[in-house]
Amino acid sequence: MITAAAMYVAPRLVHLSAVDAAIIVFYFALVLTIGFYLQRRAKTGEDFFMAGREMTAWIAGLSFLSANLGALELMGWAASAYQYGILATHWYWIGAIPAMLFLGIVMMPFYYISKTHSVPGYLRLRFGESSRTLAAISFAFMTVLMSGINMYSMALVMKVVLGWNINFSIWVSSLTVAVYVALGGLRSAIFNEVLQFILIWAGALLIPILGLVEAGGWSNLKLQIAQNASPAYTHLWSTLGSFHNNPMGIHWTGIVFGLGFVISFGYWTTDFLVVQRVLAAKDLRSAKLAPIIGAAFKMLVPFIVILPGLLGLAVLPMKLTGETMAVATGGHSYNEVLPLMLARYCGPGLLGLGITALIAGFMSGMAGNVSAFTTVWTYDIYRALINKGGSDHHYVNMGRWCTILGVLISVGTAYLVMQFASIMDYVQALFSFFVAPLFGTVVLGMLWKRASGPGGFWGLLAGTLSSIGMWAWVKADHSALRYVALSANARDMAENMYRALWSWIICVLVTVVISYMTQPKPVSELEGLVYGVTAIPQEAEVPIYHRPVFWAIIVGAVFVVLNILVW
Amino acid sequence: MRERGISIWFFIGLSLLVNGVLIVNAGVWQIFNPPANPVVLFHLHANVWWGAMLLVFGLIYCVRFAPRRQE
Repeated sequence: MITAAAMYVAPRLVHLSAVDAAIIVFYFALVLTIGFYLQRRAKTGEDFFMAGREMTAWIAGLSFLSANLGALELMGWAASAYQYGILATHWYWIGAIPAMLFLGIVMMPFYYISKTHSVPGYLRLRFGESSRTLAAISFAFMTVLMSGINMYSMALVMKVVLGWNINFSIWVSSLTVAVYVALGGLRSAIFNEVLQFILIWAGALLIPILGLVEAGGWSNLKLQIAQNASPAYTHLWSTLGSFHNNPMGIHWTGIVFGLGFVISFGYWTTDFLVVQRVLAAKDLRSAKLAPIIGAAFKMLVPFIVILPGLLGLAVLPMKLTGETMAVATGGHSYNEVLPLMLARYCGPGLLGLGITALIAGFMSGMAGNVSAFTTVWTYDIYRALINKGGSDHHYVNMGRWCTILGVLISVGTAYLVMQFASIMDYVQALFSFFVAPLFGTVVLGMLWKRASGPGGFWGLLAGTLSSIGMWAWVKADHSALRYVALSANARDMAENMYRALWSWIICVLVTVVISYMTQPKPVSELEGLVYGVTAIPQEAEVPIYHRPVFWAIIVGAVFVVLNILVW
Repeated sequence: MRERGISIWFFIGLSLLVNGVLIVNAGVWQIFNPPANPVVLFHLHANVWWGAMLLVFGLIYCVRFAPRRQE
């Protein structure tokens, strides 16, 4: 995590030339141009909130991935790779790929056929108004807070890397996002996310290529890392047999069940920030293919994120440390590994493109948060609880104003975090409280006809409260870690994974028990919402290479091979 | 995508093309005016070939998805 301490670390890392500045200015001009251009195509609610449901599988898939690929994601996981080695790759592979394929093949038909506009909207159709309200309010609240935290963290990065004023970074980037999303709605956010995705790759891909040239290839890189750190830093699974044998202090059960199952499935299949992009697909086949395309590219992201962190271990002349130590010694922290590698290889022009990649990553993540917040607020809170009888035009206007309001609340959060940096840790933990139980509720709702409305609501509530309870228990008494995370040696990441697993189990158990105690919905009302009573279009007439399940099998096979290659 | 109006791929092509031109220019200028503190692997002139690659891809996308060809 990039903290306030980073503000005081060393002078700026890089100096921009005129051509670098021109590349950054051109980027801002282009995203605003796209927003203004798409304004005329955001007249109706379906246009503004769902991008007209006309995106191709490629556009929806790249946007699906780009909304998740924020700058903090890039810098944070590069830092984790330097700190923990190749184990950080788990968050891109087992922590994403199975869940994305499951979303595409199993869950997408129900989201898409139900014609819901949001995940809370699906909960209303399946479990009733109370479940929708609980999910919508928690999502809207946490999304703007997270957006503000990301905004503040990015401004810190710009200060450390470029020496930019924090206020300047916050206002220029947030107003740009506000303008293009308020004008063009979800379509503008999606178009810009695809542009940002391409720029992220164009700006970041050169680092691992040149890094491998300097290190002398993958084999030599492993030798150098073994000398500078430990051979364990280049093994993905073989060190996970015990909590003590790997740099992360984690056991394989935590990775497989906590990260690979609950956290990953919770985030990729129920977080509306990413699911919204797929709901904008033009037909069911595109909606099923989009997460599979996203998964294929997600498997490649470690090449531009994890590999630079590992290369930093081998080629950087200085030893990077934690924030506190970096502040005390005037050295560099783990979080600076990606900018340091950028400055190492990239001269004028390429440096500007690399910085643009970081800015693009930040803006795509923020636009994702803001557009998802706008839809949930307008449809699931404002229309459901405050003004049920408004016209379509009224809700579009509400969406535009809500976009601006969402950005302003995010800016306010950013300044709040600036004053009280510890809020950042609490809000990040809070966000994780909702994800795992929500997955339990949605997946039971989709796959089990007997799940009842009260069962869904009380299961979601119990899972969320139990997650908060476990977090507070460990905060109050650190020795409780041995119960929550099964080991007193578990680090924060391991604790998060086991907490998510328990809260999911509690959510599922409560949902099942309450469902058996209450009346289920009639089967006639479950059509289009639940497996077994929904007619899913068959693809017998479609050539095999056009079928989502074919590509899901290919992506799944590559995923297995990659894991074995760096076992 | 092929639909009403300008394709997103045209905007992407435009972005790659402009960035490619700027980066190649900066790279060529550095060949004739080497910096006092060059980056690591400067002799590979990454900004020339990487910028050229962006330029070519950008040009292809601009032509392929030019607004007139969409109509």
